Amino acid sequence: MIQAAWIPRAIILGLFAFVIFGPLANMLLWAFTEVWYFPHKLPVEWGFGFWARVFKPRGNAMLSLNNSVVIAIFVVITCLLVSIPAGYALARGRLPWRSLILVAFLLPQAFPSVAVHINIARIFYGFGLNGTFVGVVLVHTVQGLVFSVWIATAAFSAIDRELEEAARNIGASPLRTFFTITLPMAMPGIMASAIFVFLQSLDEFTGTFFVGVPDIMTMPLLLFTASMEGNYQIASITALILLVPSVFFMLIIERFLKADVLAKVGS
Amino acid sequence: MPQRDGENTPSAMTGVSLEVRGVSASYGEVRVLQDISLTIAPGEFVALLGSSGCGKTTLLRSISGFVPVDDGQILLAGQDITNRPPDKRNMAMVFQSYALWPHMTAAQNIGYGLRLRRVPQADLKRRVAAMLDLLGLEGLGERKVTQLSGGQRQRVALGRALAIEPQILLLDEPLSNLDARIRQTVRHEIKALQEQLGITAVHVTHDREEAMVMADRIVILDAGHIVQVGAPEEVYNRPASPFIAAFMGADNVVDFTVERANGRVRIPAAEHNDEAFLPAGDVSGAVHLVGDCNGPVQAHFRGEAAGLVSGEEIPPDSLVLRGRISQSSYPGGFYRYAIQVGAQQFMVDDPRPLSVGAAVGISLPAASLHLYSP
Repeated sequence: MIQAAWIPRAIILGLFAFVIFGPLANMLLWAFTEVWYFPHKLPVEWGFGFWARVFKPRGNAMLSLNNSVVIAIFVVITCLLVSIPAGYALARGRLPWRSLILVAFLLPQAFPSVAVHINIARIFYGFGLNGTFVGVVLVHTVQGLVFSVWIATAAFSAIDRELEEAARNIGASPLRTFFTITLPMAMPGIMASAIFVFLQSLDEFTGTFFVGVPDIMTMPLLLFTASMEGNYQIASITALILLVPSVFFMLIIERFLKADVLAKVGS
Repeated sequence: MPQRDGENTPSAMTGVSLEVRGVSASYGEVRVLQDISLTIAPGEFVALLGSSGCGKTTLLRSISGFVPVDDGQILLAGQDITNRPPDKRNMAMVFQSYALWPHMTAAQNIGYGLRLRRVPQADLKRRVAAMLDLLGLEGLGERKVTQLSGGQRQRVALGRALAIEPQILLLDEPLSNLDARIRQTVRHEIKALQEQLGITAVHVTHDREEAMVMADRIVILDAGHIVQVGAPEEVYNRPASPFIAAFMGADNVVDFTVERANGRVRIPAAEHNDEAFLPAGDVSGAVHLVGDCNGPVQAHFRGEAAGLVSGEEIPPDSLVLRGRISQSSYPGGFYRYAIQVGAQQFMVDDPRPLSVGAAVGISLPAASLHLYSP
């Protein structure tokens, strides 16, 4: 009996591995497939043909990759411009509606995303923002602010107020104190929030779909279009490209974000 | 830290006077300071002493500008600085937590205030090096402060404060995070440094001995009021109230009814004490009297001032309390006895071995007694 105890465990682990790695393996197979049709268990013909098509200099894929990255960078900048002052004020100032303000940033995530974005699209239509670069950046920013404001608030809260007082005490102005003491100390948390926002923007689909289509094409939209057209090779290659920054940044975040910062989120 | 002479020390700082005039302050609805007035001379070392919650830290933070005052004025060298922001007061504080910046090295922490003052790079380097040298931190300048020991951090915090050559040095319980042994030496080091630099210092502490050792003058606070100001000998030997007496270690209390006669104090014999006729007034070895002391009084004395007598002998100019040994222990060098006197118990040290249950007298020299009229 005791010797057989590993069997259920192995089965469960195997199932988990299949659930996690099965789709990934399927994606990898499709990425290097030239021809694959039923009833074959594996691709009939292997090759890099579709990679060449994706990375064609004037191809759709390169254009949308470029769009995605530029949008993500602008989203990060906009989010930081809001979240650094907002996070500091929420962490330090005695704002009367502090928790309400923090919850307000959560609201867009609390409602069904499609419903929210259809309405945003309607409003943006009135301002002529639909199908524009600015419109897409704004939609992504609304989502990114949840992470960036909450994490920035936590990062600023984690800094002992005496560290700022020590600077004021020996002659630093409030602004100088902020830029030489507070901000550098909050930087790990703020960097982590920037990375979250960047990744979130890179992967964002619903908002881009309602506000950006058909003028602004991003990687997730390309992925969607390719899968809808049954072009699994293009879809898989696009997904692989999207996976690279995610994995890379996740590893960095793990080093950046310390437990004491995370513990202050929402406190 | 070793003592050094002139050439290595930062240029001499001259202390200035500090005056607190009728200051009141509060946290929200709670009044923490009530009409505090205090004048500190240039170069003087003043300790603010009191138990936690007495307002001593608030007073220090009012002086440094972190706690706004509701009422009153703070004057630095005669100038009103009551409404100046903390960074414009030219004071430097050593925080209880040290508040060193973990993203900087020891040298960067010390040099921060100089960089703010746009001291040229070469000059800055030289002054930081001199400060590290002065504090016995040679070679540790490039270390992150997180890699330093508690004592070293304390010195970096002191160096950061002294580097800007402040007019006033504020110390907020700077020694309370050090081990007892290091604390003893750092006390003397800070005091020596303060004297050497001639800087005016205000030191907040709840440690009586620390205040006694370091300060020229001790200010005792209780519940937001100053209750006594004086030199260490003064507050130790002549505590102005029963509260101060207890706080300064004279925490054994006996109630008597006394009468004054011929400049002396007569304590009549009672169930637990012999009659005593003790010198009072302005002579050495006199009882310390507060109030008219003719009638009921509260007597305070320190356990270490008491001696043991056996039999009926009464040492001259002493009060003898009669009791029995209820407990004995040997902490080393002498025996420590718990003596039951009526309902009360007093701890008295004596070199002689005595047995539990023996009848003994606690002799209290007149000079060790503080009598307070209610």
